[in-house]
Amino acid sequence: MLEVVGLSKEYHGANGSTTAIAELSFSVNELEFVSVVGPSGCGKTTLLKCISGLLEPSSGGSLLRGVKIVSPPEAMALVFQDYARSLLPWLTVSGNVGLPLRRKHAAAERQRLADEALKAVGLSAFLDHYPWQLSGGMQQRVAIARALACQPRVLLLDEPFASVDAQTRAELEDLVLSLRSRFDITVLLVTHDIDEAVYMSDRIVVLTKQPSTIRDTLDVGLPWPRDQLTTKAMPMFSSLRAHVYREIVEAHRPRHLDAAVADEQMVVRPGVS
Amino acid sequence: MMTRRRSLALQAGFIIPLLAVIYWYSEAYQSFAVAPVPDVLAAFQDAWLFDRVTSDVVPTLERLFLGYALAVLIAVPLGICLGSSRLLRMLAGPLFAFFRSVPPIALIPPALIVFGLGNTMKLFLIVVVCVWPIVLNASDGVVELDRTMLDTTRSYRLSRWERLRYAVIPAVAPRIFAGMHTSLAFAIIVVVASEYLAGTDGIGFFIFQAQSQYSIAEMWAGILLLGMLGFLLNLAFVAIQRRVLFWQAPGETRARKASEAAAA
Repeated sequence: MLEVVGLSKEYHGANGSTTAIAELSFSVNELEFVSVVGPSGCGKTTLLKCISGLLEPSSGGSLLRGVKIVSPPEAMALVFQDYARSLLPWLTVSGNVGLPLRRKHAAAERQRLADEALKAVGLSAFLDHYPWQLSGGMQQRVAIARALACQPRVLLLDEPFASVDAQTRAELEDLVLSLRSRFDITVLLVTHDIDEAVYMSDRIVVLTKQPSTIRDTLDVGLPWPRDQLTTKAMPMFSSLRAHVYREIVEAHRPRHLDAAVADEQMVVRPGVS
Repeated sequence: MMTRRRSLALQAGFIIPLLAVIYWYSEAYQSFAVAPVPDVLAAFQDAWLFDRVTSDVVPTLERLFLGYALAVLIAVPLGICLGSSRLLRMLAGPLFAFFRSVPPIALIPPALIVFGLGNTMKLFLIVVVCVWPIVLNASDGVVELDRTMLDTTRSYRLSRWERLRYAVIPAVAPRIFAGMHTSLAFAIIVVVASEYLAGTDGIGFFIFQAQSQYSIAEMWAGILLLGMLGFLLNLAFVAIQRRVLFWQAPGETRARKASEAAAA
């Protein structure tokens, strides 16, 4: 469905060039939920921007159903971490959700799609509110509804829950999982949160530190549907979590012998074990 | 926090004595430049309620609004184009910086030669002076547009027009208003100055005429009216700005709070 083939990204600055991403390849199958995790500053957001066509890779690239992506394709929707800057404060909730539909749909159909998407994320009562009148979690749900209204086949999520509190984060995780199965959407999630990656994914791609390449890919194999309490209480969950954590610490080790650095940068929530 | 009533009382306590001092001074030290306050008020009533409203106030306001509106209409698209194109900024930047630095009053003589004494000359001056603050602010606003917002509009494949109409223009609007605010003050200065120097009517002309006839009370009445007009125009401007940029004040602080809370 979504293929990343030999993707590299270099930046040329005053002090020579840095390689952010080096020859990265992986693929996401139809209806799969794949997470990309890696140490902080390993270029995850850059990777997502390159995959979606927002940023031009230095070499290689990505394909959606065999078609090379040069700019964000119609079947793809993105949700950014910073909802406060991604939503337009001068438009209402339904105005924000309806905006990307203007080109394709007449007003009535636009309204219907926006209403439906907002209903799916549980915000039917807030159509005429402005984003800044809502809590952070609700704003991110508006952003998710905006993505949903475009009826995408693939959803790209860039640290979408990093700016909300823990309880809201759990709610949003479950919301995305339910929307994904309800609307048959393939998901690629970029996160620095190991628990989140294990809890939500079918497969996890672990990146090394910069220049980023793939360190490991592992199948999660936890049973569906997942549940914040029972799934996270499974021994398998803890062992997966420990496994990914160890990999990320080791990804750091060649240059940072001190594992404490990795401890600081990676989030492992003190959860059920 | 100071209550509203308390701050009003403080203001009154400051301003009323000040006015009393002015009143006393004008009575005690009459000269060729100072007229007693009651005389000024009487002259004010004679001239502006409402004898010379159509002959002088209306022409001044007409010039002001027309010139200002023209300046805004020219400056906003120009500023947005300038902000959108690095090449254009590179080419036109130094030129604009130079034009902006020419004192507006210095343009009166050439404008007189080209356009004569009439309205065209005055409108030209207002436009030339008011365009720059708006152009430069709008252009800076476009340059500083938020990266995430731009990525959002691209990832949702908004058309050029949609991006302009729903994202760029509203996002730059606070900067445009800041430029317009500066320009409004400039417009008032220029319209009065041009009437002084080359006018047959208008408030500036009225003041100039009063001065040349040593009608000191009338001269001050004209100045008083200008002060009041400027004050009211400013109030109206701020009220309109607040309405148009309704999302700004509460939105920004709220959004900032939200991201601060998230970062903590």
